[in-house]
This record gives sequence, structure tokens and C-alpha cells, in this order.
Amino acid sequence: MSETKSMNQQGFLNLFLTAGCDSFPHALRKSFLVAVWFAFLTFPIMVIKVNTIENTVVWHWHKIGYLAVAVFFGSFIWRWLLARKELKKDENREETRIESLLTRVQSHPVLKYLALGVLAAAAAVFPQVFNLYQTNIMISCLLYIVLGLGLNIVVGLAGLLDLGFVAFYAVGAYAYALCNMHWGLNFWFMLPVGAVLGALLGILLGFPVLRLRGDYLAIVTLGFGEIIRLVLENWGEVTMGPSGISSIDRPALFGVKLGVIGSTHYMYYIMIGLVILTIFSVNRLQNSRIGRAWLALREDEIACQAMGIDKMKTKLMAFSLGATWAGMAGVVFAAKTTFINPASFTFWESAIILSIVVIGGMGSIRGVIAGAVILILVPEYLRDFAQFRMLLFGAIMVLVMVFRPQGLISAKRKVYEYKVNTAGAANE
Amino acid sequence: MKFKLSLIALCLAMVAMLAACGGEEKKAEEAAPAEKAAAEQPAAKLVLGVAGAHSGDLASYGLPSVNAAKLAAAKINAAGGVNGAMVEVVAQDDQCKPEQATNAATKMLSDGVKIVLGHICSGATKAALPIYLEGKIVVMSPSATNPPLTQSGDYPNFFRTIAPDDAQAALEVDFAKSIGLKKVAIIHDKGDYGKGFATFCKQFVDADADIEAVLFEGVTPGAVDYSAVVQKIKGSGADGVIFGGYHPEASKIVTGMRKKGLEIPFLSDDGVKDDTFIKVAGKYAEGVYATGPKDFSSNPIYQEAVAAHKAEFGSDPGPFFPEAYSAALALLNAVKVAGSTDYDAVMNALHNSYVDTAVGKIKFDAKGDAEGVGFSVYQVQDGKYAEVK
Amino acid sequence: MDYFLELFLGGLTRGSIYALIALGYTMVYGIIELINFAHGEIYMIGAFTGLIVAGLLTMYGFPGVSILAIAVVCAVIWAAAYGYTIEKVAYKPLRGAQRLSPLISAIGMSIFLQNYVMLAQTSDFLPFPELIPHFGFMESMGSIMSSSELVIVLATISVCVALTLFIKFTKLGKAMRATAQNRKMAMLVGINVDMVISATFVIGSSLAAVGGVLIASHIGQINYYIGFIAGIKAFTAAVLGGIGSIPGAMLGALVLGLTEAFATGYVSSDYEDVFAFMLLVLILIFRPSGIMGKEKAQKV
Repeated sequence: MSETKSMNQQGFLNLFLTAGCDSFPHALRKSFLVAVWFAFLTFPIMVIKVNTIENTVVWHWHKIGYLAVAVFFGSFIWRWLLARKELKKDENREETRIESLLTRVQSHPVLKYLALGVLAAAAAVFPQVFNLYQTNIMISCLLYIVLGLGLNIVVGLAGLLDLGFVAFYAVGAYAYALCNMHWGLNFWFMLPVGAVLGALLGILLGFPVLRLRGDYLAIVTLGFGEIIRLVLENWGEVTMGPSGISSIDRPALFGVKLGVIGSTHYMYYIMIGLVILTIFSVNRLQNSRIGRAWLALREDEIACQAMGIDKMKTKLMAFSLGATWAGMAGVVFAAKTTFINPASFTFWESAIILSIVVIGGMGSIRGVIAGAVILILVPEYLRDFAQFRMLLFGAIMVLVMVFRPQGLISAKRKVYEYKVNTAGAANE
Repeated sequence: MKFKLSLIALCLAMVAMLAACGGEEKKAEEAAPAEKAAAEQPAAKLVLGVAGAHSGDLASYGLPSVNAAKLAAAKINAAGGVNGAMVEVVAQDDQCKPEQATNAATKMLSDGVKIVLGHICSGATKAALPIYLEGKIVVMSPSATNPPLTQSGDYPNFFRTIAPDDAQAALEVDFAKSIGLKKVAIIHDKGDYGKGFATFCKQFVDADADIEAVLFEGVTPGAVDYSAVVQKIKGSGADGVIFGGYHPEASKIVTGMRKKGLEIPFLSDDGVKDDTFIKVAGKYAEGVYATGPKDFSSNPIYQEAVAAHKAEFGSDPGPFFPEAYSAALALLNAVKVAGSTDYDAVMNALHNSYVDTAVGKIKFDAKGDAEGVGFSVYQVQDGKYAEVK
Repeated sequence: MDYFLELFLGGLTRGSIYALIALGYTMVYGIIELINFAHGEIYMIGAFTGLIVAGLLTMYGFPGVSILAIAVVCAVIWAAAYGYTIEKVAYKPLRGAQRLSPLISAIGMSIFLQNYVMLAQTSDFLPFPELIPHFGFMESMGSIMSSSELVIVLATISVCVALTLFIKFTKLGKAMRATAQNRKMAMLVGINVDMVISATFVIGSSLAAVGGVLIASHIGQINYYIGFIAGIKAFTAAVLGGIGSIPGAMLGALVLGLTEAFATGYVSSDYEDVFAFMLLVLILIFRPSGIMGKEKAQKV
């Protein structure tokens, strides 16, 4: 073990310096060329700032110097990572450290309950230990976990690319906001109503569009999401238009209205409950008859039909079940921010939820949770670099996709072990 | 291991990228020597929170207020700070999105910030206010003009250095009548601000027998061109256009109208009364009317602030800069008068003591609107906004 | 009738704008079945490069038309370079991965490029000089169509014709069609597939850059966000016409532009986008591969 390690270290350095090239000088030349190329590429936009009114130009030559140096070294890392990905291609099945750790914990009953206990305790004391702001963004994060798990049913399990998921989210949020404004209906009543509305809308949308395939489905769902948003924006008499709906009630604890701190904590525990419910349900769904039908549908539609699975029904189920969670999350969202307007339900929102699912790992519950934690919490903590936040966000999305396209934590297929003896042979 | 290494590499790449962009940051640091000096002294500090859109598509409205706050803080710190405490500016980005705004507000609340300059958009402000109210934080916006924010009376902690939309709409319609318009087309950008303003205009127009609205339509911000809307204005037989919204859409519509030979008067709002509009629309901007805050270009504080902005950031200040600068001065002055950041004392000071700001000598009425801040009508003449008397 | 004609011409211009961008989408999709979300950003970068070059040249006192020509050429060079680089960085390593991965990578690239331009340049709107000259003979037509609109429509038509001929008759065009039909087979018959894909990106990006400069000059302003909305619309147009088909993209863009213009003219611009997307949904329900798309037989 130790010998291989030292050998590995030497090999590592070697690989790092010459990855994807014949020799070190070759690598140097390649990196140099890449740096020059990027300097050329970014030259007009980074260096020149013209003012066409006053006809002045400002040159920022130094920027291109920094960039070229960064690209020069970055290209080594890039090639090395690519080469590594190539090398490990055949070992794709092999789990990463974190994955195997998770699996080991999961398959060991004592460890499993211990880990769950620790997690539960941590979740329970979180709002007491951390301040209000941390709790608040944790609620956002939990909200996105629910949304991500909902979309995971549609995209991850059933393999239907939905770019308009935010429509269901908006419907839930507006349902609660409007009912609360007009009739004073409370949160607990509207939570299931939001879910049902989401499911109904999922079926309504699903009927016409599910015969479309792949990218066509994607663009139609995108269009549908935009239509919902535009209607919310323009149908001012009902939805209050772009100025939105304010002073939505926060959930009350047995009829007692809580202050900001109290209700934030309360909201946090509601979200924890909702996340647990979601994980439990999605997990059960995944292993149920319908869940297996989704997986089959994702892998091969035709074979799936040949096996006697009702394609339409299965797809509709996926759509409406996914939308159910979005509807619920919408209700929670409206109650959390106490103000909603159509600006919260743009295409970018759908794109972020989709990124959570894909970066985390499609079809994997653990992955989606990891994805939500990374994509929602990291940008929050990057507030100090507010300007660079979205830049990094975009770059991370590309890098994760390039180097780990299966997502951070890939889905683990359930293995059914047959422990039959010779009697099974007759069936073949 | 694989995962860890790729993470490290990722971080490295990020750092490298940041380094490439580092040039600008350095400049910002140099720009605030007063703050640095303040940091070196172990003196007490007063945090001025600045919330608004600092990234995203509306960043150009939010970033000027950050600069304004920095300049106001530098000025006050150079004069010894507020009651001996050095002012520190902490910016929180909300991208003009309600959910981000609540996060920014809770961050302020948990950081113990007591005075906040912001938010920029009315929607985000509405979302954040309940949290500030709970936390007894005084909020002053340079740009949230939605009337109910102050008029509803729900948020006593909310102040603004800009007049609300309905006052502006009333002036706009009066002015339209005074230049002899009979039939106006009212266009808006479907946004919170633009549509709100346009709706008020329509109400005033409908209530008036001498003038009628022949068209009331929204355009989609960012659409590639507005030729169909321009044709529709032309077809409606309107003799004037009132536009509610911001300058990018306004300049596209005006350019389209003038190119199509439609020379009827174009009246707009504060979102258009911005020099960027004249720069962008160029010769087509000539003759456009826009309502905007009363002229304060001769105000010495304003001139000083603009000069400071040019010296520090090397450019002209952006939209809502004077309002934001004034709001920062008003907030800091209130703390000074109150002697502490105590909520009631600061509120009291804001309501009762006058302060010299870039928009004039102001104090705030019981609802939170600044007294002495009103609107005038301006017209673009020879590439500049000139007040119409 | 005049009103109808005016709306029609307005819709035609808008459709031509969409078409210039949609061609790039459809070419890339035709070859590698990827929705290149970053394409709208290429259009934006083209416009910015054009602005920067035009600003520099104006300062050195170049005559009017030469500025337009040089600005377009520079915009094309840099946009093509960006297109090439984006393909190499964000899509090529993902060939053969799951279908969704390149899509997410594309969305990430789009966010990255928007913010890169915002940070490097400015978040404000910038005025774009009017580079397209005014033609004397258009003066009489002034009220229904301006010179810049005419230039855009003509440019779109000529680009579309040239592209169709290119795909049909040149060696590279044939290689592209072969790659689109079956990548493995194309490799077997000696086509350098990597080169073909790069060429597709370069051509698509160049078209977007031409569009960027012309459209920005017509509208008169740009900022870092223009690519996103134009991109979504152009993509819708490409799907409407049948993605992967070049005449389809042209037709889809025109249909979309006209629909929007008439919806605005006769109904209300409040719902102009709703009409656009409704049209898309309806067409796809009744003709699932778009207007000109070919129904592909499923291989079992």
C-alpha cells in the first residue's frame, strides 16, 4: 500500500505536468499558447473601455497580464483533470470516497441510526446555535431541497426535461397569497391545497405536452413557465400584477402569531418536517412499482411500452407528483417571505432548481440534497464577493459538469439479489 | 480523494480567476482611505447598511447608492465621524428580488445593523420591511416610490428621500394638459414602478374630462424592438405619449417613434430623467419631457458629492445617486442628533430636525415622506435636461 | 390596410432579427443535439466587440461606412473565437455524457459570460452609434420602414441563402450534414468530426455577431443582458420551425415575429409573449417536430 502510494505521488507529479501532452516542454508550449489565445480572446472586452459619447478610451492593460498568467497555470490543472477523468473512465462504477462512506453508513444499522440521530440533533439545535440570518438561509436551502426532490422525480427518475418547473411553485405561492388575502385562510389549510393545485396543474399541462420528446418537451415547458409568469404579471385585477401581494400571514402556532424570530424558528422546523416527509415519500416512490416504471421509461421508452407499462399514465404521474412538491414549496415560500411578486418566478429560478438536481446527481436523493446545500448556501456565504457571485456560480456549473457529469453524488441503482439455487435455472 | 482534489483544483481556478479581476478591487480599496484610517483606530463604529440590487439586471440602479453611502461615510468620517464613531458601510445585495431582500434584511438584523439605506426596488422593499420593523431598524430608500409604502402607515420605520409615484403622476397629467394634449397613449414597462405610475396617470386622466387615454399598454422590457407598439400608438391617433418605466425602454420607444416620423410629445417619469437616457437615445432624446425631483444641481452638497464621485470612481454618478447620498446624510445626521442608534430617538430626529442634503434641506413627515422634496418637469434641450418653468 | 402593412413590416424586421440568432441555434442543434444556451451571449459579445471597435475607429476619424464594415469583421472574429473556445471548454469534454449535462454546462456558461461582460465593462446601458447609413431612397418610406430595418431584412435573407447554398454544395457543408446524420458513420468515412463541430460553432457564432452589430445599431443601445432574452426568443423560433433545419429556423423566426407584431397590434402587447409561447405549444402539439422538422423514425 505504502509503495504504491509513493509511486503514485511521483506519478502524480509527472501526470500533472504532462497530462495530455508528450513531454513537459510540450505541455509548457501548449499552456503558453492557451494563455496567448485567452489574452487575444478577452482583449477587447477586458482591456478597452470606450465611451462613445465623449470619445474617450480607457485601457486596462494590466488585466490581461493577470489573466494570461492565471490561464497559463489553470491550463495545467485543466489538462490534468481531464486526463484523470479519462483514466478513471473505466472505473466509472467505482464510488468516490464520500459515496462509499455514505453507503457504508447506510447499510450498517447501528451506524445508520447513529448518523441519523446526530443529524437530527444538529438540525434540532441549529436555530438555537446560529443566528437568525443563518436560520433564514437554512430555510431557503431546505425549501430548495424540497423543490429539487420534486423536480428530481420528473427529471431524475422519469427522465423528462422540465424547464418550467417554477410554474407550479408560483401557483402554490399565489394560491396561498390570494386565499390568505381574500378569505384569510391559514397556512396549514393551504399547504395541502397548494399541493393538490400543483398536482392538478401538472396533469393539465402534462396531457397535451407529454407526447413531445426530449428537447421539444423542454422548450414547451419553458414556454409554459413563462406564460404562467406573464399571466401573473398582466392579470392585475386578480394577481395584483407586478407590484405583488404583501403582508401574507406567517404560519401561526396554534393561533398565536409569532414575531420575526419566533416565526423564523417555527418556519425552520416546519421545513425540517417537510423535508423529512419529502425524502421519505420520494424514497418510497422510487422503490415502488411506479418508481420502477419511471426508471424503465427513462432508460428505454419503447421497451417500456412493450413490457406493458402505460406510458401516458406513468408520465402524468411523474409530472403531477413532481408538481405536488413544488406547490407545497410555493405555499411555504409565500409564508416565509410574506411578500411575493412575479419577479420571483422567472426562468432563472427553474434553471437553478434544475442545476441543483443535475449538479447534485440526477435520480439520487443524497445528491439533490448536496446540490441544494452547495448551490444555495455557498452563494449566500459568498455575499462578500457579491459582484463575483454569479460569475463563480456559472463557472462552477460548467466545471462540475465537465469533470463530474454524473453529478456530485451519483444515483445508486437498487440491486435485487437473487438467492435462488438450481431451481431458478428452469426458468431460463 | 478524487472529489477532494477536484474541489481543491476548483478553488484554485476560482482564485486565479479572481486574481485576474483583482485590479478593480484594489482601486476600490484605495478609494476609501478615510475608512482605512478609521479601521486602524480602535474607535467605536457605526454600521450603515446598504441594501439593493448590486448584481443582476438592475444592478445599475443599486450600485450608485453603494457609492453614495461610501462617499457620505468618507465625508463624515473625515469630519470626525458620528458622535466619535466611524461610519462603516456594509452592502447587502438583493438583486431586487423579494426572497433575496428578506435574506439581506435578516442578515442586517442579525449583524445588529441599526440604520439601513435601501432597498432600491419597491417590491424588494415591501418584502424586507416587516423584518426591519420587527428588528426596530430605520430604513430609508432613495428610490422606492410605491405610494403605499409610506401612505399605508404599516411601516413607521420607513422613510424615503424621493417623492411617491402618485404625486409625480398628478404633475405629469397636469403638465400634459398644459401643453394642450387631448388624447394620450399611456405606455408602461409592466414593472412594479412603471405600471404603478402609468396606472396613476390613467386614473387622473380618466377623472379629467379634458383629456382622454386612447391607449393603455405594457411593453416587454428587453424585447428586441418596439415597432409594433409604435405603430399602435400611431394608429390610435394619440397626440402625446406618457411612458411609465425606465430609460432603456423609453429610449427604444422614442427612437422607434422618431424613426417612424412620429413627432408627438413624449412625456415620462423619473426613471427616464437620467442622463443615461440622453446618452443612449442621442439626438432622438431631444424634446422629451420627464418629471424628476426638483432641480438640485445648484446645491453645493450635491456638487461636492458629484465631484467626490468623479475623483474616487472616475465616472459620473448613476441614477438615484443624489437621493441615496441625501438619505445617507439624513440617516447619519439623525443618529448624531439622537446621540445614539436608539430606535425612538432616531425616528424622532428624522421627523423633527432639518438636515442639509444634496436634495435640499429636508425633514420627514409623519408618514415618512421627505418634506421639501417634490417634482418638476424637465425637457431635453440641446442634450441636457432643462427645467420647464 | 396601411396599419396592417406597417405591422407586417414591423413583424418582418423582428422576425429577421430572431432569424439571424436562430440560425446559430439550429446549426448547433442539428449537429450535436445541444441547446447552446450561451449562443445569446455570443450575440451580446458580438455587439459589445462591435461597439468597442466602432468607438475606437470613430475616435481616429474613420469614415462612416468603413466603421460598420470593420466593426462587423472584428465582431465576427471575436465572436467566432468565443464560440470556438466555449465549445472546446464547456461542451467537448462532455461529448458522450448524459444528455442533460451539456445543457447545464451551457446554462452555466451563459451565466458566466453575462457576468464576465458586466464586470469587465459595465452594468449600464451603453449607447450604440448608428452605423447603418441612411439611404436617400428610403426617405419616402420613412414612416413604414427605416433604412436599418431594410438592411437587417436583406442581411438575414442573404445570410440564409448563402448558408443554405453552403450546406448544400461545399465540402464542409456536406461534412456537416453527414455528421448531423450519423456521427460515427461520418468518422468512418474520414470526416474530421471535431473540426466539423468547431466549424459549426464558428459559423453560428459569426452569424450571431453580424446580427449583434446590425441589431444593436438599429436599436441604439446594448447592455450585458440583451443576449438572454433575444436568445430565448430565437431558440423558440428555431424550435417552432423545426430545430436542425435552416429554412425552418428562418420560417419559424418570421412566424414568431409576425405573431408578436399582430398580437401587439390587434390585441395587446401585454400578452405578446403569451401569444408567442402559446403558438409554440399549439404547433408542437399538432406537429411535434416543428413546422419544417422531419419526423424521425424511432430506431428500435
